[in-house]
Amino acid sequence: MSTVELRIALVGLPNCGKTALFNRMTGSRQKVANYPGVTVERKEGYHQSASGRRYRLLDLPGIYSLTPTTLDEAITRDVALGRLASEPRPETIVLVADATHLPLSMRLALEVKKLGLPMIVVLNMTDLARKRGYSIDREKLSKELGVPVVETVAIARGGADALIRHLDTLPATEVPATSPKGEWQEPSSIDVQQTHEEAARILAAASYLEPGRSEFFAALDRALLHPLFGLLVLATLLFFVFQAVFSWAAVPMDLIDAGVASLADWVRGGMPDGPLRSLLADGIIAGVGSVIIFLPQIIILFAFILALEDSGYLPRAAYLLDRVMGSVGLSGRAFIPLLSSFACAIPGIMATRTIPSIRDRMATIMVAPLMTCSARLPVYALLIAAFIPDRAVGGFNLQGIVLFALYFAGVAGALLVAWALKKFRGGGDTHLLMLELPDYQWPRLGNLAFGLWERARIFLGRAGGIILALMVVLWFLSTYPAPPAGATGAAIEYSFAGQLGQALSVVLAPIGFNWQISIALIPGLAAREVAVGALGTVYALAGDEEVVSTALSTVIASQWSLATGLALLAWYVFAPQCLATLAVVKRETNSWRYPLIMTAYLFGLAYLAAFVTYRVAVLFGAG
Amino acid sequence: MTPVEPHARTLSGLKAGESAVVERVDADDVLARRLLEIGFYPGAAVEMLAVMWPADDPVAVRVGGATFALRRQEADRVKVK
Repeated sequence: MSTVELRIALVGLPNCGKTALFNRMTGSRQKVANYPGVTVERKEGYHQSASGRRYRLLDLPGIYSLTPTTLDEAITRDVALGRLASEPRPETIVLVADATHLPLSMRLALEVKKLGLPMIVVLNMTDLARKRGYSIDREKLSKELGVPVVETVAIARGGADALIRHLDTLPATEVPATSPKGEWQEPSSIDVQQTHEEAARILAAASYLEPGRSEFFAALDRALLHPLFGLLVLATLLFFVFQAVFSWAAVPMDLIDAGVASLADWVRGGMPDGPLRSLLADGIIAGVGSVIIFLPQIIILFAFILALEDSGYLPRAAYLLDRVMGSVGLSGRAFIPLLSSFACAIPGIMATRTIPSIRDRMATIMVAPLMTCSARLPVYALLIAAFIPDRAVGGFNLQGIVLFALYFAGVAGALLVAWALKKFRGGGDTHLLMLELPDYQWPRLGNLAFGLWERARIFLGRAGGIILALMVVLWFLSTYPAPPAGATGAAIEYSFAGQLGQALSVVLAPIGFNWQISIALIPGLAAREVAVGALGTVYALAGDEEVVSTALSTVIASQWSLATGLALLAWYVFAPQCLATLAVVKRETNSWRYPLIMTAYLFGLAYLAAFVTYRVAVLFGAG
Repeated sequence: MTPVEPHARTLSGLKAGESAVVERVDADDVLARRLLEIGFYPGAAVEMLAVMWPADDPVAVRVGGATFALRRQEADRVKVK
């Protein structure tokens, strides 16, 4: 390993392709953590060039200027100024500029240059820009700016070579570690205007030809941002996604189901009866198997979310929904964190860091768990398969419609809670939107595949880690103590879990939950989807030997009333059955107050919703 | 001094498809600052791309080769001619 190491910080506007460049250069040699004491993500990586030099790259949060409005932006400024005790000042700044629209990047470059650090300007996405008629005299630009300028295409293999070649020419010894030229002063409004004018002058001097806007994308924007048509497209798109999650996933799910069943049969057939066989077949295979079956649905949901994110559509959806969200006291900016929460509330809550107003941010955090995360999907899917007939209604799959309704219930609940929060705290606060709508891009397959692989790995990692462990614990609690001699009921009724479930069902009986559900809800606190595995284990151990070979949905369909099934669905729309989310809320808000309020109000709503659903269903004869 | 400035229209007054030139950004606070930074400086060309119903809020504006979604109260700060 080379001892010479150059510390480089990547600075640039949001959406300039900075992170793509970072990924291109560092590959898998990345470390992601937080800056100490604050919840801003710190991304560091290493690049070893062909010449043997080693670079330490820091991917700083995107900024428009060195005057921060959010925590993330403040970090970029503080790192660049060497104000963070934990972070040595970078030795070189690589300013990444999106070649498809240079003016703002050039202004930022002028502002960053005043920090007094060596700087390289990188013109990124030049391939795309050239297609749209961009051209620039790079030599002239470099002369006018007074810093080296290189071109990159971060998304292409070898696209960062020009930058690496340039970095390799930098002397390792002459780089000053810390030497701000005098005291840096925050730029004034006059300075901002002057840098705008200077940037325009420099671009003109470098014979900059602004790339035209693609006619197709301009037309697309006219349609997608249209008040009526745009909202229709958004609604259709979301509806289509939920239909796809159900109908496309059916075949792979059946395959996994059959695989799990034959694996359990094989274990049963090949082992003598005893605790180990029971642990393997009833505990591990039945429990973990009933969770991994939902992998296809999660992959499909994430494929859509990632593709929409890549395409640049998401901020447009935020624009379309800003009015609705504003009326309940949320910012349109809350849309992206809330949409991420459909995958998982944890990244969603972390994404609220980009919301400048503390009150907006807290309101967003409080409602984020109401967005239907992918961990609810296994629960919903199981219950829908058991209780909702698989038939077409008006050309749509009824199961898909119910799933859409559940997602909708979560959103409606969130809007209601946000509105109540606004009333409770009193209004009067002004909210900022000011959201950039980046140019559209075709989603890149490589990126998509990488993102999906990450998701699948996390999901399976959880299935193999925490869920597996909980299943073993649950199997133990459900198996011991053994029933007394001469017992008539199923063995599990005499176990620890059975006793606990029966105690809990005193509280949960009014909302229609039996003791099996009550047991499953306890490990389900760790993560929602665990409840499905827990039900699998509980019913597998409940006596009937064929249960494991039969789909769990068939079993519960025959043993629960429709009212119970619906009440459990309603419960899951609200219940905070995820300790990890509460832990993140504690960390992000740095207090116990918010997670405690969240737990209380979500359990309250869940109980209420399940109670009403159960009673109404019973009234209609579904009991 | 006349209280009425005939040329001072606000950005939010533009219809979808209309273009104008920024005259100034009102006040000097965080909001005005950020508007200035994202390209709404005197002399910059702007084009209204889309206006949302029902209250003309928010709006989507093209400025300096980028597109921004602004709330009405934000767009109100930018005076155009």
